[in-house]
Amino acid sequence: MSDIIVMIISTIGALFILVAAVGLVRMPDFYSRLSVTIKAATMGAGFILVAVAINFTEFSTTAKALSVIFFLFVTAPVSGHMICRTAYFSGVKLWKNSVLDDLKGMYDPKTQVLDSCKSDSRKSDSRKSDSRKSESHKSESGQLE
Amino acid sequence: MSLQTYMTYVVMPILGIAALLVFYRFFRGPSVVDRVVALDLSISIGVAVIAAYCIITQQFAFLDDAMILALIAFLGTVAFSYYLTKNVKK
Repeated sequence: MSDIIVMIISTIGALFILVAAVGLVRMPDFYSRLSVTIKAATMGAGFILVAVAINFTEFSTTAKALSVIFFLFVTAPVSGHMICRTAYFSGVKLWKNSVLDDLKGMYDPKTQVLDSCKSDSRKSDSRKSDSRKSESHKSESGQLE
Repeated sequence: MSLQTYMTYVVMPILGIAALLVFYRFFRGPSVVDRVVALDLSISIGVAVIAAYCIITQQFAFLDDAMILALIAFLGTVAFSYYLTKNVKK
């Protein structure tokens, strides 16, 4: 009975990984390739590790397999986000039929800072400079008086 | 059909075909980031192959290698993206 469950779960995991690989080859665009790859491959490796955890009845092996699953599920979104950010800033183009590019024109291509963050820093900078100006103005006026 | 036979003749060939497709994208890939993603996916397939091999041989000592491979995949992707971003800024 346990063998049959292990067979079914490991086959599902292997098919998830196969779908991820086919998507990596067939998708037209880097961003859609990334969106296929990260999710499906993590899911497939997680399923095969669940099969390992079911197959071995010892507690240490199950804990090890579950910790590998936890690590994969925590780190895959972080690495996907970072490599996608790098791709966008290094100028990898979107697919010609893609509809929406929310980030276009919203960031400074040289400093790679978003406009929403930059406006906040500008406000604080301008406040500081304003206060400095008023202080200097006061001191100048004091000297003049 | 025993579990070992099934894992050897059904699951491992599927993983092998997936690895071949990923290496096709790795050699073909138009930009560097495509190759980085292909490397990441090939290491994920390596983790899955190690897990399947654990079931085939009934030895759980290989799971440590799977954990270290997952760690190396994460660190490699983050390091690649960090240095590529630094390269763009110049």
